[in-house]
Amino acid sequence: MKFLPRLLMAIGALLLLTLFVFPMWRITLFAPQYPDGVTMYIWINKLGGDSPGTLQNINILNHYVGMKFIEPDSIPELRYFPTVVLVLVALGLIAALINKRQLFLGWAIVFMVLAALGVYDFYLWEYDYGHNLSPTAPIKIPGASFQPPLIGTKVILNFIAKSFPHTGGYLAGLGVILALAAWWLKSKMDKNEKLVIAGGNDGVGAREQLRAQA
Amino acid sequence: MKNHVFLKRFLPLALAFGLLAVLSGCGKQDAGGQGGSALAGDAASQVYVAPGEYDEFYAFLSGGFSGQLSVYGLPSGRLLKVIPVFSLDAEKGYGFNEETKPLLNTSFGFIPWDDAHHPELSQTNGETDGRWVFINGNNTPRIARIDLSTFETVEIIEIPNSGGNHSSPFTTENTEYVVAGTRFGVPYPQKDVAIDSYAENFKGMLTFIKVDPNSGEMSIAFQVLLPAFNYDLAHSGKGASHGWTFFTSYNTEEKSTLLEVNASQHDKDFIAAINWKKAEEYIQQGKFKEIPANYAHNLYKDETHSATSTMMDKVKVLIPSECPGLVYFLPTPKSPHGVDVDPTGEYIVGNGKLSADLTVHSYSKMIKAIENKAYETEIAGVPVLKFEEVVAGVVKEPGLGPLHTEFDANGNAYTTFFISSEVVKWKVGTWEVLDRAPCYYSVGHLMIPGGDSRKPEGKYLVALNKITKDRYLPTGPEMNHSAQLYDISGDKMKLLLDFPTIGEPHYAQAISADRVTGRMKKFYPIEENKHPYRAMGEKDAKVVREGNVVHVYMTTIRSHFAPDNIEGVKVGDKVYFHVTNLEQDWDVPHGFAVMGATNAELLIMPGQTETLLWEPKREGVFPFYCTDFCSALHQEMQGYIRVSPQGSDIALKWRLGEDEPVQ
Repeated sequence: MKFLPRLLMAIGALLLLTLFVFPMWRITLFAPQYPDGVTMYIWINKLGGDSPGTLQNINILNHYVGMKFIEPDSIPELRYFPTVVLVLVALGLIAALINKRQLFLGWAIVFMVLAALGVYDFYLWEYDYGHNLSPTAPIKIPGASFQPPLIGTKVILNFIAKSFPHTGGYLAGLGVILALAAWWLKSKMDKNEKLVIAGGNDGVGAREQLRAQA
Repeated sequence: MKNHVFLKRFLPLALAFGLLAVLSGCGKQDAGGQGGSALAGDAASQVYVAPGEYDEFYAFLSGGFSGQLSVYGLPSGRLLKVIPVFSLDAEKGYGFNEETKPLLNTSFGFIPWDDAHHPELSQTNGETDGRWVFINGNNTPRIARIDLSTFETVEIIEIPNSGGNHSSPFTTENTEYVVAGTRFGVPYPQKDVAIDSYAENFKGMLTFIKVDPNSGEMSIAFQVLLPAFNYDLAHSGKGASHGWTFFTSYNTEEKSTLLEVNASQHDKDFIAAINWKKAEEYIQQGKFKEIPANYAHNLYKDETHSATSTMMDKVKVLIPSECPGLVYFLPTPKSPHGVDVDPTGEYIVGNGKLSADLTVHSYSKMIKAIENKAYETEIAGVPVLKFEEVVAGVVKEPGLGPLHTEFDANGNAYTTFFISSEVVKWKVGTWEVLDRAPCYYSVGHLMIPGGDSRKPEGKYLVALNKITKDRYLPTGPEMNHSAQLYDISGDKMKLLLDFPTIGEPHYAQAISADRVTGRMKKFYPIEENKHPYRAMGEKDAKVVREGNVVHVYMTTIRSHFAPDNIEGVKVGDKVYFHVTNLEQDWDVPHGFAVMGATNAELLIMPGQTETLLWEPKREGVFPFYCTDFCSALHQEMQGYIRVSPQGSDIALKWRLGEDEPVQ
């Protein structure tokens, strides 16, 4: 029981490593001619699809309306995000080692801030792809944008686009929940420990004392 | 009195007309009764496959004199694809593009046509396995293999020492072999002799073609030299009789003129039973004659998207008089056409097309007769077994002109009767006739899914008819042949559907769709493309001159060619357009057509490279374009090639887009 918070913290930190195994986000385009949909996966370090040709197929669709080609090599985030994640994992493990509730909370906050920044960055990319259109596009639709939804479902011309976190994303989310749980449990334990120290052997007295303090 | 005269004179006439009307009305109702009323009932719903739904079976119908293989869905009867096999197909560029030309090479050179008769699915443990379809070319003896992961012809092997490859391909139960029996006796070896020296100089060769169990590649294992009977059809044994192949024969009279009379004189002709396991032993022991031969072996590889043709120069021949136990003749009335082995492998049906009865031989009796040496006589070293010793039973007077028999999973056999135009259902073992159904008209082969395998899947039967007449809206003197689909799941056969076919469907085979769809390719991965003239991306697009030969390395992707402007080509050049389709998605082929091409178009599947030869004869600027509506900007998918006079100094150059020269 005593080890549970640091164990949760360690597991929470290690869960981020699943980002290297599973995609964190998935965008699927549906249209009648694409009965299985065209699915793009976003990983921490790469972009992929159902088949090796998926990105090419999306780029072919996009070029009609003048969207830029999605080229993983031109997205620097895919190069440095893995390092950020590895540093976060290391920090989480150090927090588990030191076993201080403030560190657990701190780690969770840092992670959430970084994740929020990451999502914002994702939004900026989507905005850029959806709005920064080539002036020589074969098909021009005044006022239209082709930005996929950040999260949720959106109709873009003949396509229904669905954008949702995927396995890696959910597991990373679980990581931060475990870190918060570690913090909460650790806080509860620390308080109990304090009370035990404050109230000596008289548990009842200690509780009353605590109530009086509150 | 006047009334009387009227009655006397006209009543009989009126009655006669009336009777005629009633009779013809009855006739119509009978014919329609099988069609009309059945379709008015629940037959329509039995063949209805809702939009977007799939058929239960793939059916492969031979194209006969079209040389191709058609693929239908059952029970809907919808045409899914026509696979080019032995004949040119301008639609797909088959036989016109440089990659497929070698497939049609033979010892006679390039042959653009053949007569395709009998599709045969590959089998494992006597069950159709959905890997390949084999089909014979009758005219210039050949066997083709179609790969069911792509539905494309991938191999054609020529059969030497043969004339009219009709009793073919008919696989063994693990696709160890497909076979090729010669329908026409031919001089052996082929030479200039008097035709009336037939009996003396002509021979009949039965060929066994080994199929590689993994790659499917065919190679001629051995040939068996027999008298110049006309070997008509074949089927291999299964179960107990696995290891044997049976060939029917007619013209055991060995005549060479007016065969319709001269080859119909013997009361009994023969089924030749070949013990191919014994043959393997003789081959192993070296008891064969290796003789010179000249035949083409053509193989298409998905990796290079190209076929190669290799000329082979010898073949192993087994001679029955030197190989006892290799061949036996089973006397069978009368000019038997199809020979069909029941799912257990015990019964061998000889469909004596000029016989009033249907003769069924027993495999176990045949083995006993061989052990007991119950021989009637011997012909060219082949023992003729005593008829009474091998016959298992006779289906008495089932109809006129029996041709072919297939089986269901419940011990029933179904035989077609050409002359009486019907399918007759009878019980294997008791030989009693159970049911009969008319065909429209003059049925040849019939097909039950898996109906010639150990595991018939059949709840359907397809009759493949020779005569169409009034079945469909008329289309002038020439009409497509008709096929009919019957439900055979009940005691009585029930006509469900009537549909036209391509060419002349001789035999057909069908298989549960789910045995095929699992291996289906949707496109060719571009990274696996090993075509010598591939362009793996637009960066590789270029034009190279070697003397008067110009190689254009061209790519296609929605919706442009790279390059789409080419200059520096001269009159008299040979221009090879090597077009690589860079698409990597299902059902995004691009076509390529260039003005004045004397061959055809290209139709290039995603990841494929295909080559069209274009020989400009005059100066000018000629357009080329995509022929397969590929995208919203398909109509813009076009380009130009400029042709300058011979000796002009216009430099070779090419481009795509004003600002992005490909060069």
